[in-house]
Amino acid sequence: MGVSIRQGSRLPGVDAAPAVPPDRRRGELSPQAVGSGRLLRERFSAALITLVSALVGLLTLVVIAALFLRSLPILRQHPLPELVTGTVWKPLAGQFGFWPFILGTLWVTVLAMVIATPVCLLTAVYLAEYARPSTRALVRPLVDVLAGIPSVVYGLFGVLLIVPFLGDDLAPFAQRHWGFLPWLSPGEVSTGYCVLAGGIVLALMVAPVIIAVAEEVLESVPAGAREASLSLGATKWETVKHVSLRLALPGLVASVVLGFARAFGETMAVLMVVGNVAQSPRSLFDPAYPLPALIANNYGEMMSIPLYDSALLLAALMLLTVVLVFNLLAEAVVWARKRAGQ
Amino acid sequence: MSHIVVEGLSVRYNGQPALDNVSLEIPDRQITAVIGPSGCGKTTFLRCLNRLIDTMDQVRVSGRVLIDGADIFAPRANVISLRRKMGLLSQKPQVLPMSIYDNVAYGPRLHGVRRRRDLDGIVQRCLKMSSLWEEVHHRLRAPATGLSVGQQQRLCLARGLAVEPEALLCDEPTASLDPLSAQSVERLFVELKSRYTIVLVTHILRQAKRLADYVVFLYMGELVEHGPAERVFNNPRDERTRKYLEGVIS
Repeated sequence: MGVSIRQGSRLPGVDAAPAVPPDRRRGELSPQAVGSGRLLRERFSAALITLVSALVGLLTLVVIAALFLRSLPILRQHPLPELVTGTVWKPLAGQFGFWPFILGTLWVTVLAMVIATPVCLLTAVYLAEYARPSTRALVRPLVDVLAGIPSVVYGLFGVLLIVPFLGDDLAPFAQRHWGFLPWLSPGEVSTGYCVLAGGIVLALMVAPVIIAVAEEVLESVPAGAREASLSLGATKWETVKHVSLRLALPGLVASVVLGFARAFGETMAVLMVVGNVAQSPRSLFDPAYPLPALIANNYGEMMSIPLYDSALLLAALMLLTVVLVFNLLAEAVVWARKRAGQ
Repeated sequence: MSHIVVEGLSVRYNGQPALDNVSLEIPDRQITAVIGPSGCGKTTFLRCLNRLIDTMDQVRVSGRVLIDGADIFAPRANVISLRRKMGLLSQKPQVLPMSIYDNVAYGPRLHGVRRRRDLDGIVQRCLKMSSLWEEVHHRLRAPATGLSVGQQQRLCLARGLAVEPEALLCDEPTASLDPLSAQSVERLFVELKSRYTIVLVTHILRQAKRLADYVVFLYMGELVEHGPAERVFNNPRDERTRKYLEGVIS
């Protein structure tokens, strides 16, 4: 007799298998038929994979929860809006105004993205659409090496090259020629340690991430779509503009958000060039004090000051929240475009 | 003289020959079926006619392809106007990531048609020519990806017709379609051949027999035989053609 797979169907050629009680015949192949060892291994590996994935997801929640719990002491004494909008940072006097740090983070990050996004996207377009295979093979490893350079090296590069250039050359030039523009004129003598230096260093750091992801996204655009456009008499650039970039847009948004997320939390290199003065920057040549630098410079010191530890952890929670919100927004963009069928 | 003349065309990918010294004339305003087993160079041949072969890496093309008497591989040949002349219908329908209307208007817009009324006219005419108008005229602004595969292929045809080509290059255009959609595309070819030179790459022999006026048989990159469909199908001169038609080689 055969072993039943589903009730009524029979599998020939496995007559040797022992008879299965009728109540176990329903559903799938019985463990005996498949080989109980294989089935066990299958269940074990599925369980292991699920568990590991769950742990990774859980880690995010644990980090958020830990930061939140440690931030509670300061949140109990000062309402969040007051902390966020407060401009005075005097921990000894119990004043924890985060606004200059938030503003510093925003200035540096936005600047970095403004500098990096167009350059990186154009580079990715060049590599994916225009470059010969030999050129691509040469440039790609160089970009990968950029991604692997330690943050502190970028910081040194900034201190040795960018800061002196900004302080000695660009700031005086801006003072003379762009003095009437509020964001571009250095208020007083600039040392070169300023938000622009932070923005440039950060742009260099996020560039390889954005380029690598964007290039991959562009290369995944089906060749047929490009050919459809070319075969209608479109030029290469028209095809890139109307077809490749459009099809790749969700992925390109994701690449920029990835870069943004990295830029937002980047600490070491920015800390080295941005001046670290707790004031709200008013121009590109003003120093600033971004949130990650605040945490890195101060955590572990002066911890005897009441609420100081809690304030720094609140800063970390703010950073994490912003990055999370941006990732979710990017997901939403990708999802919305997919739904629109584009 | 024929509209498309191929003289000594050879193509090598990475040093490997894909087409070897192919010479023939493609008759005007007829359906020319290019047949042969997989990997015989059919698609390569087609891609030479609109120079899409340029988009591939490590390719060497020699010989001449004359269209309206001008060699399309000449150094100063205008690829853009060539591709406009030689419409392409690929195996898998490739709609552009935009609305049905914009898909058809894409080509004309590139070539400078700006006025709304002109574009409306072109879109309507081409969708009617590809028998799609009745099905989509009430949702021209909907994304083209929402159409069925068969409708998408007819949309691609309409898009190709919108730039007023002289020839249509079709690369197994019914391969991914269901039988009914395939039938309607075939019917369109028969209707269109009075106005366009159609080069149809196909691996379906019955399709070639139904549609072709002229047949080109390629085998391992070599042009084995070409001639009027009736003659090639009923009285092949080469042994390999006979074997292929009998299904002995495939």
